[in-house]
Formats: sequence, structure tokens, C-alpha cells
Amino acid sequence: MTEHVAVTKLKGKFSGSVVDVKEFRGEITVTVKKEDIVAIASFLKNELGYNFLTDLCGVDYLGQAPRFMVVYHLHNLTTKERLRLKVPVEEKDPKVETVSGVWATANWHERECWDLMGISFDKHPDLRRILMPADWEGHPLRKDYPLQGPGRSPYQGRLS
Amino acid sequence: MATTEFMTVNMGPQHPSTHGVLQLVLELDGEVVKKATPHIGFLHRGVEKLSEHRTYHQTLPLTDRLDYLAPMHNNLGYSLAVEKLLGITDQIPERAQVIRVILAELTRLKSHLVWLATHALDIGAMTVFIYCFRERERIMDIYEKVSGARMTSNYIRVGGLMADLPAGVEKEIRDFADEMPTHLATYEGLLSGNKIWQKRIMGIGVINAKEAIDIGLSGPSLRGSGVDWDLRRDNPYCGYETYDFQVPLGTGEGDTWSRYKARLDEMREACKIIRQGLDRLKPGPVVADLPKICLPPKKDVVNTIEGLIHHFKIISEGFSAPAGEIYQGVENPKGELGYYIVSDGTSHPYRMKIRPPSFVNLQALPQMVEGRMIADVVAIIGTLDIVLGEIDR
Repeated sequence: MTEHVAVTKLKGKFSGSVVDVKEFRGEITVTVKKEDIVAIASFLKNELGYNFLTDLCGVDYLGQAPRFMVVYHLHNLTTKERLRLKVPVEEKDPKVETVSGVWATANWHERECWDLMGISFDKHPDLRRILMPADWEGHPLRKDYPLQGPGRSPYQGRLS
Repeated sequence: MATTEFMTVNMGPQHPSTHGVLQLVLELDGEVVKKATPHIGFLHRGVEKLSEHRTYHQTLPLTDRLDYLAPMHNNLGYSLAVEKLLGITDQIPERAQVIRVILAELTRLKSHLVWLATHALDIGAMTVFIYCFRERERIMDIYEKVSGARMTSNYIRVGGLMADLPAGVEKEIRDFADEMPTHLATYEGLLSGNKIWQKRIMGIGVINAKEAIDIGLSGPSLRGSGVDWDLRRDNPYCGYETYDFQVPLGTGEGDTWSRYKARLDEMREACKIIRQGLDRLKPGPVVADLPKICLPPKKDVVNTIEGLIHHFKIISEGFSAPAGEIYQGVENPKGELGYYIVSDGTSHPYRMKIRPPSFVNLQALPQMVEGRMIADVVAIIGTLDIVLGEIDR
């Protein structure tokens, strides 16, 4: 398998940060360390042309360490290529530095990620809840948050 | 000398021109908007959380409740995403692909008709609203014949379609696609040369290409700023690359007028694609030959033991998808609709993230309205063409 040119360049520039590269169904996923996320994001945007941040979200791998992954979907509007960046986040310190300075669109995505997944973003200009009410407790998309709502026991799976 | 002070005005969530339950807190200096803060989430139903507890087939009906003005696009995006995850994209029958394209474009017309109707109504053009809804009703009738429901279609399924097109519908779609350009000329006749309409939308809500990309606009809202990017052409799915169509960019100036032009031209292109689709429609199966994934036809369920077993297995435990993660984006009428699915190898998604175009497009609202008059706010909400169902999920 030939390595994607963006991955080669990324490895060349941030050799210590790239943790893992995976390919599945033709999509490339690069896992990087969270300390360098802003530098890597700026590099990908300014040097490699990934000018469009399609989506940003968190995934909760409850029971694994590190527990969370923040996932960035990048798109290069010139070459029409996509790239997925992932950043592992520890449960005891669920924080990543914001990329809203790199792509302005990250602002609301990060607010949503904070609201639903409880991952906070350092240096974010306006980190408030976005979908849930401002006084809501808990983060509904976490795997240990009950499906039926607060105060209920976690969903045990379908009974049928 | 008279002193003035700022005034804060609440617009919504119960306000007819915020297109659903959108709340805007506007800080005004006289009639000029100094700051606009959108508040969303009033329609949050937790679709992403719910999908983690349902099988892949059971999640499908949740998707057409996201953008309820373009339900088939949501079905399509989700189905394509699951098909990509399963690795069965190339096994979808030709007829199902063509019908998907026809209905997707019909849905684009349906969604754009509501955009034009409400956009015009907000600015005071009542007649266009009535005309657009008259045409939209025709599409609703086709929807009802095809899927059994006017809005919650649930028709495009993983592996194909719910059923084949009923008899007579092909002709009805063709008649509609043939006559739609005449209706579009009527709308344009009512609006484009109208001095009030021009004054209300020309030079309003300007956003240049660089800012538009940075804030994440997609679809006609991005193309109105002159960015030539359409997923149907640039990341094709369902064989869109074999259809002949243009990607309209409006005037490319990034104002409300440009987006208006871009969407109207897009509707003409949609009619062209529908006609091409109908021309290449040949008899054949509409569901992939994958009995472990696609529900069997009812006659097999009641007549054959294999059919009954497959039906029982798919309904009770669903099918398992290989572990992995995929992202699939489709060109929804409002922009890029994306599904990111993480699978852990079981019969339900481990995590499903929906990238709703309206959510991201709405984010551009404050920078488009700040510094403008309060009356322009409704014009700009109209031009962004948002649907709160998918913003709040």
C-alpha cells in the first residue's frame, strides 16, 4: 500500500506526534497527539490545502484508555481529498486546545462536543452549551449517561 | 444632544420568519443590529444517542425527521454511509441507483420550493408562496404514491429501496419535470424584475469566498459566494458523474441575490437530471441480492422458510457491520450532509455523528447580519435556508 502524500508530509514534519495511520474503505485516519493539534491543523490547512473543516466530534470509548477521541474531518476543496484526524483524550483531563483559530467553523462544533460529550476546549472564544439547556447537568452522548434520561439506570440493551 | 441606548430584542423561538424554533437575541442600536446571538436546541431529540441503541435498519426512520423538507436526502445519505461501511456500494442494482437520483433531485425541488416560498413571504411577496406550495403539493403526491407518506418517506433503504415505483408514477414525474421550468419562469417573473425584491436582497448578507469556506458554508450558500464545489460532481455517489448537469454559482458575489439565482438555476438543473434519469430507467431489481442485509419481499416471507428466517433475523437482531469507521457526505439541498459512523462490529452503530448542513450554515448568521438593519435579518435567515429539525437533531 502506498502511503498518502499528506501522511508522508505530516510524518516528516511531526514525526513524534503521529501515533497511528489507518486506512478503511479508502478513508485515511491519522491519530496524533493532542499537544500538537493546533500546529498540525495549521500545517494541514496552510501547507497541504485542507481548507475546509467538514465536521468535528467526540467519540466515547468507555472502558478503554484513553477514553475519548476527538475526530476532525478535513476536506481539501481543490484536490477534493478528505482526511480524518483523531486526537486521544484522557478521561481525567478531558481537554483539547481549540482549532477555532484555524477554521472558524470549529466554534460551534466544539461547543456541541463540549455540550454532548463533555470534552472542553482550551482557549475557545465562547464555550457554552449549544443544544442542551444552559443549566443541564451531565453530557448526554457519554456512554455512561442513561438513554432514558438523568436519574435512570443505564440501558441494558434490547430485551427482545 | 439626544442620547441613545442599545436595546435587546428577542426574536423567536415563536416567530414565523425564524423558520422553526430558532431564537435570536439581537442587540440593536436604533434599527441597526450590533450583535446577534442565535440560540438553538429547542428541537433536540437526541437522534445520535438513540441510534446507538437501535439496529441499522431501525435508525433509518429517524433520519427523515432531521431535515423534514428533504427526507429522501437524509435516507440516501444514511443508506450510502451504511453501505460504505458494509462494503456493498457496488452491489446496489442499477435501477435502484437511478430511482435514488430521480427522487433525490425531486426532493431538491421540493426543498428549494419551500425555501423560495418562505423567503419571498418573509420579504412580503405572498403570491409566490401560494404558487410554490401548489407545486410542492404535486411532489408530495408523488412522495405519497412512492413511499406511502408525504414527508416521513423512509423509502431509500440500506441495500436499495423499500419497493419499486408504482405504475404511472414515472409519467407523473416526467410531466412534472417538463412543466416545472415554466413555473420557475413564473416565479422569476414575479420576483427578479421586481424593484422591491431587488432592493431587499441585492448586496444583503454578503460573505466572500474565503470567509464562507472558513465558516464552513456548503451547498448553494457556498456556491453563491463563487466557490465551485458540488459533492455530486466532485465526490460522486449513485452514479452522478454520468449525468450531464451544471453547477450554478449565481452571480458569485456572495450576496442574497447571488444565492437566490444559484438556487433557481439549481432547480432547472434538477429538472434536467430527473429527465435524464427517467430516460435511462430500465426494468430490474431495486434491492441488492443480499438476503442477510436487505429485508425479503413480503411474498417470500409468507411463502418460503428462508424468507421467513431472514425476515425474523433482520427484524429481531439486525445485521452486523464490520468494525471500522466511515464518513459519507451527500449534497443535500442545503449543503453537505454527512454521516460519520463508528462501528464496533455489532448490529447497531457505536457512534453516529450527523453533520447537518443547516447547523454549520446558521453559524454564519451573526457575521452576515451584524451591522445591517433589523429588516435584513429575515432576508438573511431566508437565504440561509435552515431547517431546525436537522440543526437540533
